[in-house]
Amino acid sequence: MTSELRAARLTEPRPVRWGITALALGFVALFLVVPLIAVFAEAFAKGFNAYRAAIAEPDAVAALKLTLLAAGIAVPLNVVFGLAAGWAIGKFQFRGRQLLLTLIDLPFAVSPVISGLVFVLLFGRRGWFGPWMIDHGFQIVFAVPGIVLATIFVSFPFVAREIIPIMEAIGTEEEEAARVLGAGGLQLFLRVTLPNIKWALLYGVILANARAMGEFGAVSVVSGHIRGLTNTLPLHVEILYNEYNAQAAFAVASLLGCLAIVTLVLKAIIEARVERSGTPAEQRAIEVMPWESKSAV
Amino acid sequence: MGIEVRGLTKTFGRFVALKDVSLSVASGELVALLGPSGSGKTTLLRIIAGLEAADTGSVILEGEDATDRNARDRRVGFVFQHYALFRHMSVFENVAFGLRVRPRSLRPDEAEIGRRVRRLLELVQLDFMADRRPSELSGGQRQRVALARALAVEPKVLLLDEPFGALDARVRQELRRWLRRLHDDIHLTSVFVTHDQEEALELADRVAVMNHGVIEQDGTPEDVVERPATPFVISFLGTVNIFHGRVQDGRGIFGPLAVEYPVHADSEPRTAAAYTRPHEFDVSRTETGSGLWAVLEQVSATGAMVRLELAGAHGGLIHAELGRDQFERLGVQPGDRLYVTPRKVRVFVE
Repeated sequence: MTSELRAARLTEPRPVRWGITALALGFVALFLVVPLIAVFAEAFAKGFNAYRAAIAEPDAVAALKLTLLAAGIAVPLNVVFGLAAGWAIGKFQFRGRQLLLTLIDLPFAVSPVISGLVFVLLFGRRGWFGPWMIDHGFQIVFAVPGIVLATIFVSFPFVAREIIPIMEAIGTEEEEAARVLGAGGLQLFLRVTLPNIKWALLYGVILANARAMGEFGAVSVVSGHIRGLTNTLPLHVEILYNEYNAQAAFAVASLLGCLAIVTLVLKAIIEARVERSGTPAEQRAIEVMPWESKSAV
Repeated sequence: MGIEVRGLTKTFGRFVALKDVSLSVASGELVALLGPSGSGKTTLLRIIAGLEAADTGSVILEGEDATDRNARDRRVGFVFQHYALFRHMSVFENVAFGLRVRPRSLRPDEAEIGRRVRRLLELVQLDFMADRRPSELSGGQRQRVALARALAVEPKVLLLDEPFGALDARVRQELRRWLRRLHDDIHLTSVFVTHDQEEALELADRVAVMNHGVIEQDGTPEDVVERPATPFVISFLGTVNIFHGRVQDGRGIFGPLAVEYPVHADSEPRTAAAYTRPHEFDVSRTETGSGLWAVLEQVSATGAMVRLELAGAHGGLIHAELGRDQFERLGVQPGDRLYVTPRKVRVFVE
């Protein structure tokens, strides 16, 4: 019996293997690739000039600007929060640590529409703080601040979730070594901590950015859909589509499609980099208890 | 005085890691903290380094009170058990780190840093590895880089946490001897933590044996081996036979063993135990006075010594150790009856 035949005997029969693979690929093609192609095909259905016109239209430009603004505010805040949460959870033991870990996932667990409604409840005209804020000249819901708040809410777990496992795996020894060697807090962060987590941080930023730019539900609730003022790209796509302007809708949607492709490419590059440099968890197999090293006596 | 530690107490939640521990290490001395896991030895080391704060007590380094001083300002060299090398930096940059993070006014220039790092890498025999990453080095090499990095800041004291714990037996032996020679050359006040008694006895000028957060005994390797202060010390420093019994009227009665014990001349009996090491027995085929006989169960010959496992007539197991030629002269087989007489007995009253 040849080795190939023997190998075939030991695993599933060929038709089964092929069937399963074909099923997986078929799903990907049907639900991911075909729609993406359809978006671009529709966008260019009336030619390049119509495409350019749809994108250059003032309301579309305003939507793009608002999307960039919301992401531009949400993502940096995300980084700050993610680093703080990652540091706290990865390096300290404290009461409520587990609770914090669970709460970070809240935006994933809650429907985006509900998160949007929460902000309406808090800051709307008849909300808890809404009347006071409107009296003092702060319009939050149905205005740009509401959109920024909703975007922050739905995107904030991403950076933290990427950083926490890395911080936990690396532990505190390198920071302790740096401290004994005379490094101050900032030096310690810039020279030791940041280089160790930079890829995870970047990965989290990319994911957070994709979510921030693509978010529909939460933003839709707080936006009020005022054209040229409170519409982000996804909302603008919806409006155009509802007006039976399919070509323009797909043209704007293709911008988001490009964002998705860029995100995927960056993600692949970062994953390749991380694989080459080796994950920190692999480099250290032995865990150390905070007060005493485990050692075989 | 190199290091002076007074009345340190440290608790983690309900776990008491250190109970009123005091220790002094003379300048240039090499001291081992020896004990099982959880005995508090690493905690003591970390408190000396400033990585952990004691609940009470003080730490004095080179005559200066360092209790409230940040780890950053203590000028100690610390070698971590798993080395804690900066994984994203080259070997050279790892060693240079302590110099580079100094305030500008105290920082040597680039040429001087280069000279110092190269000198240290030569000292640990790794100058040819300067451009490598820590992940490309073997365990023993990482250990030496960690040592060079700790020495780069010209520390007043050197602290090592299980310095050979993660290495295999041969590398461990080599590195141990090398570290002893290095210490003899540079005479830096050093403290190292270990759970390996052989390591502590071979390497250190003085050994502090720790258990449950207290120092049970603090003395030269000869002291702790020949004159163990507590039952724990004698049990921890190798295999020992224990005979339970009592002391009364200046005598100790431990089953079939009877010894003089003038320390307790009282007629009030007290529970006690007698301890004898395996190599402290005389073994013969004829009765020799102690009246302790046993049946040979197992013989294992490792190197120059032969280990005997005997089932004692008193019901307990006896471990004895003989030289190989002595054992051959005896000519015994498992199942034979032998008489064992301890040459040395240490009695501890409970």
